Amino acid sequence: MDKVLKVNKLSKIYGSGCPSCFELTGPKYNTNICPRCGSVVAAHDVSFSLYKGEILGIVGESGSGKSTAVKSLNFDQEPSSGSASFFYEGQQYDLFMMNAAQQRRLSNHRFGMVYQNPHLGLNFDISAGGNIAERLLMSDVDNYAEIRSRATGLLSRTEVLPERMDELPKNFSGGMQQRVQIAKALATNPPLLFLDEVTTGLDLSVQAAILDLILEIQQEKQTAMIVVTHDLGVIRLLAGRTLVMKYGRVIESGLTDQILEDPQHAYTQRLVASAL
Amino acid sequence: MSSAYPFGFLDEYAKKEIRRTTLKAVALPGYQVPYSSREMPMGRGFGTGGLQLTLALLGKGETLKVIDQGSDDSVNAVNLRSFIEMTCEGINTTTKTHEANVIQSRHRIPEKPLRDDQLIVLQVPYPDPLVVVEPSEDKRKTLHGEADYSRLLVKLYEDIVKFNEITISHRYPTRINDHYVIDPSPIPRWDVPKINQSNALILFGAGREKKIYAVPPYTNAEPLAFEDVPFRVEDFTDEKQQRRACKRCGCTNSFLDEFIDSNKGEKIYQCSDTDWCDEHGGSSVAEGTTPGMEEVEQCKEQLPRTPEVRDEFLQSISVAGKTSHG
Repeated sequence: MDKVLKVNKLSKIYGSGCPSCFELTGPKYNTNICPRCGSVVAAHDVSFSLYKGEILGIVGESGSGKSTAVKSLNFDQEPSSGSASFFYEGQQYDLFMMNAAQQRRLSNHRFGMVYQNPHLGLNFDISAGGNIAERLLMSDVDNYAEIRSRATGLLSRTEVLPERMDELPKNFSGGMQQRVQIAKALATNPPLLFLDEVTTGLDLSVQAAILDLILEIQQEKQTAMIVVTHDLGVIRLLAGRTLVMKYGRVIESGLTDQILEDPQHAYTQRLVASAL
Repeated sequence: MSSAYPFGFLDEYAKKEIRRTTLKAVALPGYQVPYSSREMPMGRGFGTGGLQLTLALLGKGETLKVIDQGSDDSVNAVNLRSFIEMTCEGINTTTKTHEANVIQSRHRIPEKPLRDDQLIVLQVPYPDPLVVVEPSEDKRKTLHGEADYSRLLVKLYEDIVKFNEITISHRYPTRINDHYVIDPSPIPRWDVPKINQSNALILFGAGREKKIYAVPPYTNAEPLAFEDVPFRVEDFTDEKQQRRACKRCGCTNSFLDEFIDSNKGEKIYQCSDTDWCDEHGGSSVAEGTTPGMEEVEQCKEQLPRTPEVRDEFLQSISVAGKTSHG
C-alpha cells in the first residue's frame, strides 16, 4: 500500500515548558497541565502512519489534543517537537523542515482542511464560488472559465445547487455551508484531507448526508483522510483505524471494530459504554 | 526668492534617509520600503510622500514639472510647484514633459513617452494593494513575502461574476518583476501599461503611510488578470463605434476627461494631459472653448459692480427667498 503520511513523536506544548512537563502530565496524572511550570501539554508522542484511500479516526474528549495534532499537520500551528513526512508521487516532504512559503505551497496544492466551524474555512464576504476560486487561484489555476466550470462541478458534486454558487455563504444553512467547505477543500483534488469535527452541530439527517458524501469521495478519489471527532458513531461509520487520545496522549490505537468491540483502556471502555 | 530654509526644505539627514530608502526600493522592485516620513508644511494626504522624494532627489540646475491629474495648473500642482521653487533655489520649472528631469505627478503618467534620463515621482495615498482584502499589516507582509495574491484575484473573480468585467478603474494591482504586486497609485488603467518596461525610473511616495517603492527602468509590470479575461484599458469609443477625439486638439490616442457643458448640457471630451493637448495644437483651437469658461464669463457679467447695485441685488435675492418660502 502507498503510504501518504508518517507522523513521528509529534508534541505540542503551550507555554514555556520545562524538562518534567512530559513526565508529570498525561492520563496517569489525569491532567495535561504541568504542575511545575504551568504549561499545557496539548499533544505528546503522537505517532501514526496513513495510507492511500484510508480514513484514520482520532477520537477523544475536548482538550485531548486531537485537533492540535491535525492543525499542526495542516500548518495552522507549529509543533514543539516531532516530525512528519508526506509522500506524494514518489517524493518525500518533511513537513516541519520546510520554510513557510514551501509549507503554504504544499498545503495549497496537496492538503484539504474542513473545520467544524464554516467561519474558519470559508470567507463569508465572498460568494460560494469565490471561495472555491480562491483555493484554485492559490494553486495557480488562472483561467476564469476553468475556475467557473470546476467550481460548478465541485458544488454539484457536494450537492449544493450550482444556481446558488454566486450567493454569499451566510445565506446558506449550516449543512450547505459545510458542503461548500468540503467542495472548497476538494478543489485541488488533494491526496490528503483533514476533517475536524465536520458533523458537530448539524442535525442528524444532514449529518448522515455529509458522512455519505465523505465516504463517496473516499471511494471515488482514494483520498486519505484524518477524521477528528468526539462522536463514536462517526468513527464507526467512517474510520478503518482509530486512535483514542486523552490528555494529549494516544492511549489506544487499532482497528475501529476492535476498539469499539473490545476496548482495552479504562477510558475507552467508559467512552464506548457511554456511547452505546 | 530666497528663503531661510535649507535647499530642499528637508535637512540633510532626512534627504539622505530618503535617498537610501529609494536605493533599496530600486533594488527590490515593487517592495514597499518603510521610511520615517517627515512633517511637511502641508497635510498628510496632499502629496507629502511624492514631495519628500522630489525634494530629496532634485539638484541645482535641474528642471522640474509638477502635474495634478494631467494638468500643470490645478491647485495641487501649482502649490507644490511654488513650494519647491521657494525652497530649492537654482532649479527650473517647466510644463513641457520633454524638458523635465524630474516629474512629480498626482494620478497620471504623461502621454508623451518618458526617456531614461527622466524620473517620475507619483504621489500615493494607499501603498498596499492587499489592504482591501487583509486588514492586518503583519499578515499582509507575509502574503507579499510569499507572493500570495490569490485573494486579490478572488476580488477580480467576484467582479466578473457580478458585472461581467473587472471594475477597478484606478489603482489597478500590478505585478512587478514577477513577484511583488503594487498599488500603482490612483492612475487610470490607461497609464498602467506605461509602467511596463518604462524607460524612466518610476518612484512612488506615500507620506501618510510612510512607504517608498519603485519600478526601475526596463522592468516587467503585469496588471493582474485572468488568462481568458485579459486586462484592458479605458474604452473611448462612442455610440457610432468611433474613437472620441479631444475637443481642444482633436487627438484620438490620449486619455480623455469627460466634462458636462453647463450651457448646452452636452458631454465634452478633452485630453487629460494638458501639455500633450497644447503640443497637439490645443491652445490655438481652444480660445474660448475651454469647458466651463463661458459660464465663468457669464457669471462675471452678472456680478453686481457697485455697492448700491450689490445691495439691491442682495435684497432682491432675500425678497425672492422670502416669497418662495412664504
